[in-house]
Amino acid sequence: MNLSLGPLLYYWSRDDVLAFYDEAKHWPVARVYLGESVCSRRHLLRLPDWLALAEQLAAAGKEVVLSTQTLVESESDLKTLRRLVSDGRFLVEANEWGAVRLLSGAGAPFIAGSTLNVYNPETLGALAELGARRWLPPVEMSHATLASLLEQVPDGMETEVFAYGRLPLAYSARCFTARHYNLPKDDCQFRCLDHPDGLALATREGEPFLTLNGIQTQSAGVYTLIGELPALRNLGVVSLRLSPQSRHMERVIDAFRAALAGEARAAEKLARVMPGPAVDGYWHGQAGLDHSAARLA
Amino acid sequence: MPLDLICPAGNLVSLKVAIDHGADAVYMGFRDNTNARAFPGLNFDEAQAAEGLRYAHDRGRKVLLALNTYPQPDTWTRWTDAVDRAAKLGMDAVILADAGLMRYAVKQHPHLRLHLSVQGSATSYEAVNFYREHFGIQRAVLPRVLSLPQVENVVKHTDAEIELFGFGGLCVMVEGRCLLSSYCTGESPNSAGVCSPAKAVQWTDTPAGLESRLNGVLLDRYGKGEKAGYPTLCKGRFEVGGETYYAIEEPTSLNTLDLLPEMLKIGIAAIKIEGRQRSPAYVAQVTKVWRAAIDAVKKNADGFKPAPAWQAELNKLSEGQSHTLGAYHRPWK
Repeated sequence: MNLSLGPLLYYWSRDDVLAFYDEAKHWPVARVYLGESVCSRRHLLRLPDWLALAEQLAAAGKEVVLSTQTLVESESDLKTLRRLVSDGRFLVEANEWGAVRLLSGAGAPFIAGSTLNVYNPETLGALAELGARRWLPPVEMSHATLASLLEQVPDGMETEVFAYGRLPLAYSARCFTARHYNLPKDDCQFRCLDHPDGLALATREGEPFLTLNGIQTQSAGVYTLIGELPALRNLGVVSLRLSPQSRHMERVIDAFRAALAGEARAAEKLARVMPGPAVDGYWHGQAGLDHSAARLA
Repeated sequence: MPLDLICPAGNLVSLKVAIDHGADAVYMGFRDNTNARAFPGLNFDEAQAAEGLRYAHDRGRKVLLALNTYPQPDTWTRWTDAVDRAAKLGMDAVILADAGLMRYAVKQHPHLRLHLSVQGSATSYEAVNFYREHFGIQRAVLPRVLSLPQVENVVKHTDAEIELFGFGGLCVMVEGRCLLSSYCTGESPNSAGVCSPAKAVQWTDTPAGLESRLNGVLLDRYGKGEKAGYPTLCKGRFEVGGETYYAIEEPTSLNTLDLLPEMLKIGIAAIKIEGRQRSPAYVAQVTKVWRAAIDAVKKNADGFKPAPAWQAELNKLSEGQSHTLGAYHRPWK
């Protein structure tokens, strides 16, 4: 089982993005997902910039995967998608079925992203026939459901699981960050840049609940499966996806590497660098915001 | 025919009033979590479905069956059985979201007409054409996130018929891509067929006001004189950056009556009315207004103007007593 650095879901300055991936070259992750998968208005890095980064990371020995946009709305979104698919140098993660159509049409092997909504072996089988070689379950899928699904996993299909980070929960045509600033989406003034880990949303009692990230809504809680590595291994999961955060990403990766090596205090290490409370309810078939440690307490 | 009127049938009474008031087709679900309105007391058993089909077919109308949740591995046969039952009953189409279930339906029932559910999250013609090429879907229902020019672009680039939501509850998120409900309660439309399930709702009168909670999470608090709505998660008031407001979406309904001429011009095949969970009286009133409006726009698209009485009638039925053109209208975005 190895580690994957998931696509950057937030909007950072160009310098910050380049610095982040410059460091990532030296991090002990097998694979790096690159590209803008959330909002087409984010433009500080365009496809050629991502491709240049991809070359650098590949030269540093990483497997590079380009992640496609999850909500495709316009012809210009499709143009970007076609250019990304036709480049052909790198593996692509398909995050909606239009990308699946283009990739399978090009005969390119691909990664089936979690928003394709693969909930059963028949759908996974269909994707395998279309050229998927790795897949991610929906983030809401429990251990029990995943175990049941994997009893009929197609030959050669690898499973990657979202194992750390704020959960991507929803996508909209509306931008909730722009809404917060009373700006129309078309003139959002790129306020996401001011929120490198998203904009916190709490209940009227002040309980952290969600995180606004432009058109994407994330959990406030930080999903972590660091305590579930034996179960993940037993399922045959090949890779754990760690979702980028603006600070201490290297320490997050180190904590997971320590956990993979069987170190007892890995979870404590991780707890010190998490930007929010831990949650793991989904994995246990509960509400996503639940946390098993809290339930046991 | 363009602009078919597709109305919700939560039960047999609603089905009949929808047909009586001019629906071209109704859509229904079986009584389990194979559809995205798996609410207690709602939906059809096999005998009721057969009676509903008879009622509609006798009057030259159609019945569509929503099987638009994502089949789970352990209960896969519940969904395939439902497809088999739909074919046996003679449903005019099944509305599916899951690619695996489509594959099953094509193999087992090649003559069964397939529609792509809004829960399939297809927002581009590339996605719609994927389902058309691989599973022969005849129609796609688009998520309520595209602007009308974007919808028009989809229509131009696919042979599949396009159906749009015209009226009712407004999902601000891409359908099929929203897990807010399961994050809060453990149950989502995708896997359990429910959003913000009633069993997780709790109302409490407190000195600070009437509070609505979903699985313990405070969604809103209403002062004196404020009208409290059903606590749908995305329509609560929350705190962001020190402000308390409808951070995601106001409790408002979608109403696209004004856009009917454009929808006709673009070549929209059907307009869907949301609300299988609503009362037969609601279904009757909404169907009546939309039948009149669609007939009027077909007669004279250029001179079409929604009658004030129609809008007043629909506003009375709307959630929060207000409505929006939603994403079809660009400034909303």
